[in-house]
Amino acid sequence: MIGMAHFLTVAAIIFAIGLYGVLTKRTIIGILMSIELMLNAVNINLITFSHFITPEALTGQVFAIFTITVAAAEVAVGLAMVFRVYHDRNTVHAARLDEMHW
Amino acid sequence: MNIALLTSEIAVVILALLIIIFDLLLPRQETRRSLGAFAVCGLLGILVYTFSQYGISATVYHGFFVVDTFALFFKQLFIVATILTLLFSLDYVEKMTRNAGEFYALLLLGLVGMMVMASATDLLTLFVGLELMTIVFYVLVGFDLKSVKSSEAGIKYAILGSASSAVFLYGVSWIYGFTGNIMLSQIAEHITASPAVLFGMGLMIAGFCFKLSIVPFHMWAPDVYEGAPIPVTAMLAMASKAAGFAIVLRVFFVAFNDLQMYWLPIVSALAGLSMVVGIVGAIWQKNTKRMLAYSSIAQAGYILSGMLAANPAGVKGMLVYAVLYMVANVGAFAVTLAVYNQCGSDDIEDLSGLSQKSPLLAVVMTVSLMSMAGLPPMAGFVGKMYIFMAIADSGYLWLAILGLVMSMISVYYYILVVRAMYSNAVKDQQIFTMSGSLRIVALLSLIATLFIGIYPAPLATLANAAAMALW
Repeated sequence: MIGMAHFLTVAAIIFAIGLYGVLTKRTIIGILMSIELMLNAVNINLITFSHFITPEALTGQVFAIFTITVAAAEVAVGLAMVFRVYHDRNTVHAARLDEMHW
Repeated sequence: MNIALLTSEIAVVILALLIIIFDLLLPRQETRRSLGAFAVCGLLGILVYTFSQYGISATVYHGFFVVDTFALFFKQLFIVATILTLLFSLDYVEKMTRNAGEFYALLLLGLVGMMVMASATDLLTLFVGLELMTIVFYVLVGFDLKSVKSSEAGIKYAILGSASSAVFLYGVSWIYGFTGNIMLSQIAEHITASPAVLFGMGLMIAGFCFKLSIVPFHMWAPDVYEGAPIPVTAMLAMASKAAGFAIVLRVFFVAFNDLQMYWLPIVSALAGLSMVVGIVGAIWQKNTKRMLAYSSIAQAGYILSGMLAANPAGVKGMLVYAVLYMVANVGAFAVTLAVYNQCGSDDIEDLSGLSQKSPLLAVVMTVSLMSMAGLPPMAGFVGKMYIFMAIADSGYLWLAILGLVMSMISVYYYILVVRAMYSNAVKDQQIFTMSGSLRIVALLSLIATLFIGIYPAPLATLANAAAMALW
């Protein structure tokens, strides 16, 4: 029988993969994709809790819709920034963003 | 449902939309100064209106949105910060971009996000407000198309900001799962100290610390502050940080009040670390904005330490300090911007001989920096006194002493800037010019810093009323 723990485990694994990607990916596009994974793990969590903990209220599902919308906005702005960076330096490698440091 | 409670937010949105429309209607070669002036007038009107809301304590949308003294205090702080920033940056924005209209409209939309944050009483509204503010700031930080630093700062802020939002949300999902609620007051009723709840709370603390640039989540601040256009840096330092404190206070003192024994030690360690890292980092900086960024990390540490008192006195200190910090920053950034307009860069060296070129700006900068360092009779001293007295009463004497020591060390690098202004020789003999509105803002900041420092009673009374609204 598949229960709440299974869904939460899947979400935790996806979140961990996303976090690992953010910390290790070398291109900005890869980092943005990893962030998307983390946000999707959040959605799985929210919908699982909504289904098992508060089945009479749709709080978690509504929250998930908001999260999806906000994630789309974040990625849109992020990709626009990637265009700017590519325009400025002809690369999207995170390590090349070294104009400022002390 | 009383939609009238949302009037100030709706008015700001309408103002932003009007600016976009007027921007399209104005001929391309026409100056956009009028749009900035229009935004300032509109915001002044809204600021006056918010005073009529004092005394209300009511909720809209099934209790998702509250208007109380606490929310109003922060809203007025945000509006004043936006007005002053707009006033001193009219010339700069005009020079920086051809899309000044969009810049003003975005700034106003960011303001709406902050106002929603101040009023949010559930995790969903809070999240939407937070994201409205941060996404707008991602765009604004990267707004200067001519600068390579600006796009770099923008992408860094966007990536780190989105990642921290994801971590924050993951924490929220655990809190929701184990209390079955997203309303802060309901969470407080159902919360128990289970490992899952503590895990969620830890992730939320990490997310908040990122927004407030608290050590160890402060790495983005120096780069973003340096790369962003000066008015955006000013807004990030003053308003976005204050908005972060508004939600932190509400979440921790309403929802997590019963878990104080778990979060107080974490907060005390984070506050102490921020003071030390901010002050030590600032000593080595050559760039004014970067120095102010490290200084803002330290200031965030001072403000955060007010939470440790866990009583209205501590929160009152935090609110007073947030206002003083805004006033001092307005002065410092106005001077930085005036110097940038003159010589096209914002290194501390460029302030050399400012006292001969423009005595007024040199005095404003000195007073602002001394206020941040907390020297009497400047306003910063009053703020630090309220906070440190409150936490010393609650048994955190070591943190109060650490704060005092760090304030003394901070005087050192503020003095370096002052010395550059007063004793170094003038580099170029150009005549120093600045706009009238910048001069007014600089004077206002000077007067407010000295006035609050000498006679803090009115502000303290207001902050006290706001702090009481949380309990």
